[in-house]
Amino acid sequence: MSEPLLVVRHLSKTFGGFVALNDISFDVAPGERVGLIGPNGSGKSTFVNCISGTLTLTAGSVTLDRRRIEQLTPHERTRMGLARSFQLPRPFGSMTVAENLAVPMLYAGRGGETTAMRLLEQIGLADKSDKLPRELTQIELRKLELARAMAANPRLLIADEAMAGLSHTEVDELLALLLRLSEQGVAIIMIEHIMRAVMAFSQRIACFVAGQKVADGDPQEVIRHPEVLKAYLGE
Amino acid sequence: MSNTRFALLGMLLFAVLFASEQLVTNQYVFFVGYAVLQYVVLATAWNILGGYTGYVNFGTAAFFAIGAYVSVAVNKLYHPPLPVLILVGGTASGLIGLAMGYLTLKLRGVFFSISTLALAIVAQAVITNWAFVGGSSGAYVIRPRFGPYGGPFIAYLFTIMLVMAIAAVVLARSIERSKTGVGLAAIRDDEGAAEAYGVPTLRLKLMATVVSGTLMGMAGAPLPFYVAYLDPPSAFNLSVAVNTIAMPLVGGTATWLGPVIGAVLLSLIQQAAMVTISSAVNLLIVGLVMVGFITLAPNGIMGLLKKRRPAQ
Repeated sequence: MSEPLLVVRHLSKTFGGFVALNDISFDVAPGERVGLIGPNGSGKSTFVNCISGTLTLTAGSVTLDRRRIEQLTPHERTRMGLARSFQLPRPFGSMTVAENLAVPMLYAGRGGETTAMRLLEQIGLADKSDKLPRELTQIELRKLELARAMAANPRLLIADEAMAGLSHTEVDELLALLLRLSEQGVAIIMIEHIMRAVMAFSQRIACFVAGQKVADGDPQEVIRHPEVLKAYLGE
Repeated sequence: MSNTRFALLGMLLFAVLFASEQLVTNQYVFFVGYAVLQYVVLATAWNILGGYTGYVNFGTAAFFAIGAYVSVAVNKLYHPPLPVLILVGGTASGLIGLAMGYLTLKLRGVFFSISTLALAIVAQAVITNWAFVGGSSGAYVIRPRFGPYGGPFIAYLFTIMLVMAIAAVVLARSIERSKTGVGLAAIRDDEGAAEAYGVPTLRLKLMATVVSGTLMGMAGAPLPFYVAYLDPPSAFNLSVAVNTIAMPLVGGTATWLGPVIGAVLLSLIQQAAMVTISSAVNLLIVGLVMVGFITLAPNGIMGLLKKRRPAQ
C-alpha cells in the first residue's frame, strides 16, 4: 500500500466529562474506499467534525498528505483537498444549483462554468442547474450535497450518511455515483447505516462503538467481528 | 453591466445632478437632498453586513455618531477641509468596526445583534462624558456661509454626500457581484456549510463589518456642519438605527438597489411628514411601513418586482 493520505493518531474528543471519541487511530490511502459504521451515538459524526475542523480535538493529531491539519480552520482543510457532505443537506438556499457549486469552485479550487455543468451532468442534475434548492426533491438535494463537495476538488471526500432515508433504487443510484467518483482517484469515507450500500462500496470497513474503534479491516471479517455483532445485535 | 460601466453611469448621474444644482435657488432642496442621500449611504452600508452577510447590526447610530464626533474633534484641533474629516471619521468607525467584529463575529444571529446594540450604548456613554467635544451639552460647529467653490455651504454638503452615495452604491454593487459577494451570500445562507466549502468566513465577515462601519462613519462626518449643533441624543438618535434597518428591509436586502429605493422612499415620506404633520410622527410612519412590509412582502419592493430568485 502506498503512503496514506489521511493519518489520524490517538484522536480523543471529550465534551465535559463525556468521552465521545477515545484514542482513535485511523488511516486512509489515496483513492481508497472506506466504510465507517457504528450504532447511533458511537461518535461517527463527531469523528467527521474533528477531521473536517468543525470541532477541535481534545488530543491527538490529524495529518493530510504529510501535513498536520488539526490546527487549521475548516476552510483551509477544504482547500487542501478534504471535503465533506452534510448528513442533512445544507444547500445555500438563495442560490441556484449551479451557484451552489460555484461557492466551492471559487473558494476551494478549480473553476469555470464548464466544470460546473460537467459535474452536474455527471451527477444527473444538469437540467436543474438554474433551480433553487427548495424546488428539488430529497434525492436531488443529496446529489447536490455530493456535487458541491466534489466541486471543491477533493482528494478525500467524507460522505456523512448521504443515503439515509432514500429508497432502494435511490440508494443504488447514489452508490453508483460514489463508485464513479472513486474511479477518478478520490478517496472516500462513507458513513452509513445501510449495510447493503456499505458492503457493496467499501474496500475496508471500520466500526466505532461508544467512541472506540472496535474493528478495522476486511468488510467480511469486520461484520463477523464479535464486538461488532455485540454492538448491533446485543449479547 | 460591468462595474466600470456602472461606475461611469454613476459619474454621469453625478454630473447631471451637479449641473442642476446651479438651477436650485431654494436651499431647502439641499437640506432635504442631503438627508435622503445620507440615508442612501447608511442603508447601503448596513446592507453590506445585514443584507449580503445576514448579520443584523442595531448599532448604526454608534458608527454614524463616532464619525460625526471624530469630525467635531479633528475640526476643533486642525480645521482641515471637509473631505479630510470624512476620511478620518470613516477610518475611526472602520477601526471600531474591525474591533467590534473581532470581538463579536463568533456570535451568531441575535447575539451579534444584541452586542451591536450594546456598542451603541457604550459609545454614547463615552461621548457624553467626553468634554472636549462638548460632553452632554453638545458641540457647536460654525457652518461657513459659502462652500470652497462658491455657492451656499449646504450645496457643498449636498454635493459631498452625493459623491459618497454614488461611491457607496458602486462599491456595494461591485462587492455583490464579486467572489466576495458569493462568499458573503454563502455565509448568509449557511455559515457552517460556507466554511466547510472553502469560504474564509471570519475574514469575509470582518471585511464586511469594516466596509460597513467605514461608510457609516463617512456618512456621519459631515453631520456637525449640517446640523450646526450636535449633542449625543441627536447623534445617537434611535431613528438613525431604526431607519437604517427599515430602509433595506422595505427596498429589499438581496441587491444594491433595494436599500437605495428604501432610503429614497422612506426618507422622502419622512421629510414630507415633518413639514406637513410633525417631526414626531416620523418613527411611527417608519414603524408602520416596516411592519407592513415584514408581514406582506418580506423580500421588500425588489422582491415584489421579481417574485422569484432574489440573488442573481
